[in-house]
Amino acid sequence: MTMNASINIKDLSLSFGAVEVIKDLNLDIGQGEFLVLLGSSGCGKSTLLNCIAGLLDVSDGQIFIQGKNVTWEEPSDRGIGMVFQSYALYPQMTVEGNLSFGLKNAGFSKAEVAERVAKAARILQIEPLLKRKPGALSGGQRQRVAIGRALVRDVDVFLFDEPLSNLDAKLRTDLRAEIKELHQTLRNTMIYVTHDQIEAMTLADRIAIMRGGKILQLATPKEIYNRPNCKYVADFIGSPSMNFIEGQIATTATGATFTAAAGTFPLDGYAFDGAPTAGAAWLGIRPEHIASGAEAASRAIRMEATVQLVEPLGSDTLVRVAAGGQRFWVRLDGRVEIHEGDALPIGFNPVRCNLFDKTSEARL
Amino acid sequence: MADLSTHLQAHAETIPQTRPAAEAQGDRKSGFQPGPRGAKPRKSFSRRNILLYGTLIMVSLYYLVPLWVMVMTSLKGMPEIRMGNIFAPPLEITFEPWVKAWSEACTGLNCDGLSRGFWNSVRITVPSVVVSIAIASVNGYALANWKFKGADTFFTILIFGAFIPYQVMLYPMVILLREIGLYGTLTGLVIVHSIFGMPILTLLFRNYFTSLPEELFKAARVDGAGFWRIYVQIMLPMSLPIFVVAMILQVTGIWNDFLFGVIYTKPDLYPMTVQLNNIVNSVQGVKEYNVNMAATLLTGLVPLVIYLISGKLFVRGIAAGAVKG
Repeated sequence: MTMNASINIKDLSLSFGAVEVIKDLNLDIGQGEFLVLLGSSGCGKSTLLNCIAGLLDVSDGQIFIQGKNVTWEEPSDRGIGMVFQSYALYPQMTVEGNLSFGLKNAGFSKAEVAERVAKAARILQIEPLLKRKPGALSGGQRQRVAIGRALVRDVDVFLFDEPLSNLDAKLRTDLRAEIKELHQTLRNTMIYVTHDQIEAMTLADRIAIMRGGKILQLATPKEIYNRPNCKYVADFIGSPSMNFIEGQIATTATGATFTAAAGTFPLDGYAFDGAPTAGAAWLGIRPEHIASGAEAASRAIRMEATVQLVEPLGSDTLVRVAAGGQRFWVRLDGRVEIHEGDALPIGFNPVRCNLFDKTSEARL
Repeated sequence: MADLSTHLQAHAETIPQTRPAAEAQGDRKSGFQPGPRGAKPRKSFSRRNILLYGTLIMVSLYYLVPLWVMVMTSLKGMPEIRMGNIFAPPLEITFEPWVKAWSEACTGLNCDGLSRGFWNSVRITVPSVVVSIAIASVNGYALANWKFKGADTFFTILIFGAFIPYQVMLYPMVILLREIGLYGTLTGLVIVHSIFGMPILTLLFRNYFTSLPEELFKAARVDGAGFWRIYVQIMLPMSLPIFVVAMILQVTGIWNDFLFGVIYTKPDLYPMTVQLNNIVNSVQGVKEYNVNMAATLLTGLVPLVIYLISGKLFVRGIAAGAVKG
């Protein structure tokens, strides 16, 4: 256990009957860190959050918050505040009632309750709404009140369970920035569950990518984007997803080569995790790391391609091309004029590639 | 077509100058093309409407005619009833049968009318409804939100209990009440009603509480509220409709009950239904149809009033419990 850790999870397991949702999970979260749990639905990320909150009893393992073993503690005794996807505001109470409910339960004096509610309302700019009921608020306002409910309790740890999923796209972007600002102001530890990779990338100090109740990779957003440690993570992060080419790695005296249907390419410049070994592998390249047109000539790996589909996004244009018997997504500048059926040479350098073992799917 | 539209456009553009004239022209003023416009006209006497309303009226009559007969008969004197036309309104309205039914009709040795039975029924119904709903709502809340060990087994047994015929349990219950010294008392009957209402009410409340968002419950737990505080401050204020449903089910069920009333109480304590039966089925003397009708109407009045007062809430609660449960 590190000294300045906020949360430590040791060998946590949870099963519902015969189904193991989380198995032997270990996780250390630093003081003031913003950690995002990211994964597709059913990966166990919300379950893990509920375990940390104390809303689910764990089958085995221990949870420490601020160095204190809280494995058997009630949710309210753990020093956590939680924000839910559906806001979960008490419909019969006013905003003020919602904010003060937890404080009253904890036995704070009236003056203290009023002071804390006023402070939270000021930070979140919901002062004019205090006398209203949740039914009379918009989605964004409701979620702000929900955050306020965690804020008033002056807790060490904030837990967010997909807080923005019920909002429309524009509001989501705004509130995402507000949550980030809140974290910069408060410097609390925050754990944030989402299936939205953009939320994860923009908010997180570190991202934990989960699958099947396990953490596949725990790293900074940049690390996860640039050096995914397995094919699943590489595929999950990035939109459109990474392009994968199936082939064989061969080692030579000077370095390694990759042989695919489209030809044999040198891998000079690729930083192997260990010594390069020969064998079946996946080569992954992100759409934004593929050069096209005249630029492609300067790349070490080149292919001739034909445009199949054009998706203009304004700032960028996504192009699906066929090359070497498979499809590639390429991200082009938004100003490029291109049409279906055009010939488009593409190329990329090995330093931008990601190699994964064919069977274990681990990074090479 | 092109000619027409340009013509209409030109026409539309001239409107500001010739406004009074255009208004006089009616529809054409705002540039609509000739032909159908706006809401489609519907015939009141279409084949569909005749069939629909015809059926509805027939069904209503089917239910209303007996009620009509009862009300009319209860307002007639005996000589007029003997004239035979049961559908005719009374020639001379008299409330004497109602007074007699309420305060003078004889059952057995008592001749103080239905009023005795009415007050017995009130003393049975009110505590039974309150006790059974109070216990069942907490049961349902615990089953829905606090997933305790064996909750599923408990729930299965409960559902099973809801479908066991009452007759099976009549005699064991008599013995049970006798052993605890409550046989033949109103308290005993209240206990019986509370127990027999439990399975279906618990089911009702459990389904309703399950339909409420689970995250509310979680949020309240994070906010440090315990079992009772969540129940009283979070769950109760949100469940008025289902309480109304439970209340109506219980009030009508217990008020209309005959079987338990006749088995578990003594003649002095008979509920209104049992007393009504005794008045109507008495074999001595002349059959006083007007008194019988008035007594029957009096007995049915309480559930009727409850329905009328809370009908809207009842429908809302039934829908909430049924669809999402």
